[in-house]
Formats: sequence, structure tokens, C-alpha cells
Amino acid sequence: MTVKAQNLIWGVKRKPIVRDVSLHVAKGETVGLIGPNGSGKSSLLRLLAGLKKPASGTVEINGKNIAQIPRKALSRELAFVQQSAATDTNVTVNDVIRLGRTPHRSALAGWTEADDNAVNQALDRVDMATRRRQPWQTLSGGERQRVHIARALAQEPQVMFLDEPTNHLDIHHQIEILRMVRALDLTSIIALHDLNLAAMFCDRIVVLESGEIRACGTPAEVLTPALLRDVFRVSAEITMGAEDAAPHIRFAAQ
Amino acid sequence: MSSNAMEGGASRLALFLFISVIVLMFAVAAAAAIGDYNIPVKTVFLSVTNELGLTKAEIPPIEQSVVWNLRLSRALIAALAGAGLALCGAILQALLRNALAEPFVLGVSAGASTGAVCVIVLGIGAGSLSLSLGAFAGAFAAFALVALLSNGATSGPNHTILAGVAASQLFNALTSYIVTTSGNAQQARDVMFWLLGSFGGVRWPDFYLLGIVVIVCLTICILMARSLDAFTFGDEDAAALGVPVARIRLVLFGVTALLTATIVSMVGAIGFVGLVVPHAARYVVGPMHMRLLPASAMIGAVFMVIADIASRMIATQQTVPIGVVTALVGVPFFAIILYRARPQI
Repeated sequence: MTVKAQNLIWGVKRKPIVRDVSLHVAKGETVGLIGPNGSGKSSLLRLLAGLKKPASGTVEINGKNIAQIPRKALSRELAFVQQSAATDTNVTVNDVIRLGRTPHRSALAGWTEADDNAVNQALDRVDMATRRRQPWQTLSGGERQRVHIARALAQEPQVMFLDEPTNHLDIHHQIEILRMVRALDLTSIIALHDLNLAAMFCDRIVVLESGEIRACGTPAEVLTPALLRDVFRVSAEITMGAEDAAPHIRFAAQ
Repeated sequence: MSSNAMEGGASRLALFLFISVIVLMFAVAAAAAIGDYNIPVKTVFLSVTNELGLTKAEIPPIEQSVVWNLRLSRALIAALAGAGLALCGAILQALLRNALAEPFVLGVSAGASTGAVCVIVLGIGAGSLSLSLGAFAGAFAAFALVALLSNGATSGPNHTILAGVAASQLFNALTSYIVTTSGNAQQARDVMFWLLGSFGGVRWPDFYLLGIVVIVCLTICILMARSLDAFTFGDEDAAALGVPVARIRLVLFGVTALLTATIVSMVGAIGFVGLVVPHAARYVVGPMHMRLLPASAMIGAVFMVIADIASRMIATQQTVPIGVVTALVGVPFFAIILYRARPQI
């Protein structure tokens, strides 16, 4: 499924947050959204997912304007994973993943085989099948994030949006989560802070600065010392990987 | 595996509802039998079947009248009020994502008391009907203020709770002002007693009205139970799952306000039930609302009928306010649940 944004503008009161962003994401692509704090990554992600309404501009999913698709139908096409969403409710892994079926179920419909299959596949996909009875409160940060992704998968979406899914995770789990997302047969758009991880796991990288797209292209095209100095205000050396390998960034202390 | 779990959950709920209906029937029968003047259960049963036209048993007319006109209507209203308050509590705890939320958190009881005081002290209108109407009007005035302050309840849980706190403070202050400036000691006592809640004086017409309101509200809530589950991780998450967040919030806040205002205007502001029963129900059937809402309603109904029996038995020759009893009976029971459900760390 393709995602196409045209001239998106959005702001709070008189302060513009997203200024005139246009973006085209092809089917099956994994796109990384990077940029300094406050550059509008999260806001852009929410505009693309239809969780915020743009002041002007449109988002199209497979050529259809999402403003004209009812919210419930939209949630069968695209899923959104918040950064470390929490709850005090005493739910199990199974309960949480079943929530992903919400857009597929009517108010009183029973639990169907299709629902069951979607949940089981999602559980297998994130390797939590043996943990389905476990209470949410006893999961580690990495496990919680995996369950959130499984819940998004249970929606059976074509497009997945992830807002800093690796926040607060150790490096092993960061790589595990991103490898998992990349292996999914989905179009995914991920807001990320870690530039090396973005380079390793994304087909394309979009660099945001003050709500505008500063650069867009493959990691090797986009991640240059000049851009990192301008946008992130750091000096860095970049080693190009051989063949398919991702470029590697080494930041200088000064 | 999970379909088995689902069937297990559904049959567990069915079993629970079956048991609680039976317990409720026994509790209501007990409530009709027990009083200053005890009536045998057999007479209670025959009174009811006589009134329903099923039997023509010979029993003293006074006993039949006491059972049917006084005690049975009172017990059934207690059941409906308990069910309604527990239902409101469960819904508000989910919508506000706050374990301390209860039916009166949006200022409804404070508004109702101001309305009631206007009737009792200022003498606007007269008779019990206008007392109920005054309380109802006050309750809705408070809810309207909260809805206004929180942009139709779309400003997020904490903002809505703060709006409720502000409305409660304002209306409580108004109540105190009216009582202190124009009331005498007897009026102040009346107000105080009314605020603590009482099932004295309720009759069949109250039952029909409350029954319709409870059934309509429960139906709406069950239809929205799945959407309530989606609020587990917050508003935005619910929206991402396809739930029309603003509409659900507004409808459910409206439903809880209507239900709470109706109950408060009939029997006063009975505390504790709406806060605690949903937690007890969660302990039995889990946190998912398709099971939690009916279970809360049933537990609330049984609890309130038993509390009403206790309120008439604790002190001889007088009735302890029901709000006092719900806390006295409920706290030890709740303490056990809290203790058993404590985190195992």
C-alpha cells in the first residue's frame, strides 16, 4: 500500500509544527523519520495515520483520501504504535492483543475464527505465543513493545506507523524490534532517534527540520557529515559500508 | 487455545450472572421479610403471587400490604440504585483512566444536594416530587458546568476530573451557604440526612422510572463495552483502534450523569458503592467491559439490597443512613480484596 502526503500543514495556535510536507512512500517500503527534538516527527506521523487533522493538505492511502474514510475502516488498513504506551489495568498479553481486533468487530459480534487466527499469528510473529497468559504489569519494556506491535499486527493492517518504538530499550532489544518490523510484509514508517539504527533498518530516510523535509533518500544519500552538522549540530565521520551494508556514523566528542 | 479461553470466559460470566441473580432473589426476599415486624418468607412469597394475580392465598391484608407496597418496592429500588451506581463507577474508571473515579466525581451529587437544599430550605415548590426534581435539576446543572469546563469532556481525563472537582466545590459551597444563612437546625439535619441517602419513602412509580433509566443506560453501555476496552492505553490509542473517542466520551458521560442524577434525586448520594463494586467485579471477571459491566451491575444490586437490610437492623427502632452502612459493610469486604490482590513483589 502506498502512502502519499501532499502539502501537509499543521500547527498549534499560531505556531506551525508541520510546514508544507509532501511525501510518497511505496508499497512495502520501510521509511525512517529522523530529526532533532521538536522537528515535528511525531506530529507528522500522527497526520499520516489520520490521528490529527491537517490544517491543509491531504494524505492518501492507496490513492484514497483518508479524511473521507471512516475511522473504523481506516483502522483496518493502518495501525499506529505509540511510544511506550502504559496502563494501570490488570490485563494479560492476550487481552492486549485481542484489542487489535476492535476495528474488525461490531458492538456485539462474537469472537470468530478469523479473529483467533489473527491473534495467534500476531503472537507467533513477536514470539510471545507461550506468554499469552502473562499479566501486562510483569512484562519488561522490550516485551511490552513487542506486545504493542503484535496488537498492531492483529489489526491486519497494510501500513504500520511506529513512534520511536525503541525508546527506553537496551541495544539488543532495539535491534530485535527493528529487525522484526523490517521483516514484516508491510509498508512501515518509523520515527527514530538513533541515526545508525535508522541507517541499518530503513530503505529510505526522511530528515525533518523545523517541520520541513530537509532531505529524503537512501541512508547513504542522506546521511552526510554536512547534513548532520547542519540539522543535528554534531560533527561526525561516516564510513560507507561495502555493497549493501549501511553507512556507519561515528560521532566526534567535540 | 484462545477460543477455549473465550468460551471459558463467557461461560464463567454466565455462571456468575446465574449465581448472582439467585443471590439477588434471596436478598430481595430477605429484605421483604425482615423489618421491625418480621414476616415469614412463605407469606412474603404468597403476597407477591397474590399481587401478581397468580394465587388467592388467605394472608393478613396488612402483611400483604407491607410486603408489596413498602418492602418489595424498596428492595427492588435498592437493587436498581446499586446496579446503576456500580455501572457508572465502572464506566468512569475506564473513561477517566483513574481507579479512584466514582459516580460523583463529575460533581453530580454536589449539584443534586444544592438542588435539594433549594427545595428543603428555600421552599421552592413543595412535596417530595419537587425535592426529586430539584435534585435532578441541580445534578444536571453541575454536569453541564463540567461539560462546559472540559470542552464537552474532550480535554482528557485529568482536565475532566479537575472540572468535576471545581464544580463539586462550587456546588458544595452553595449548599453550605444556603444552609448556614437561611436554615434552622432542623432543616440542616434534614439536609444532612438526605445527603447520606435513604430508601425510606420510595414507592412503585419510582421503581418503574428508575428501572427504565437503568435498562436503557445499561443497554447503551453494553453496546459501547468494546470501545471502552480500547481506552486501556489512552485516548489516542483508542482512536488508532478505530474508536470515535469524542463521541463515545460524550455519550457515556451523558449516560452516567443521567443515571447518577436519577438515583441521587430519588435516594440521595449513596457513596462507596460506585467506587468499590467495580474493583470487586474486576477481581471476579477481569477488566474487559463486556463482562465487567454486567458483573458490576449485579454485584452492586446485591450489595445495596444487603446494605439496606443492614441499615434497618443495626440500630433498633431507627434506620441508619444507607451511605453509612455501605461504607461500614463494604470496607472490610474491600479490604480483603485489596489484601488478596496486592502486587506479589
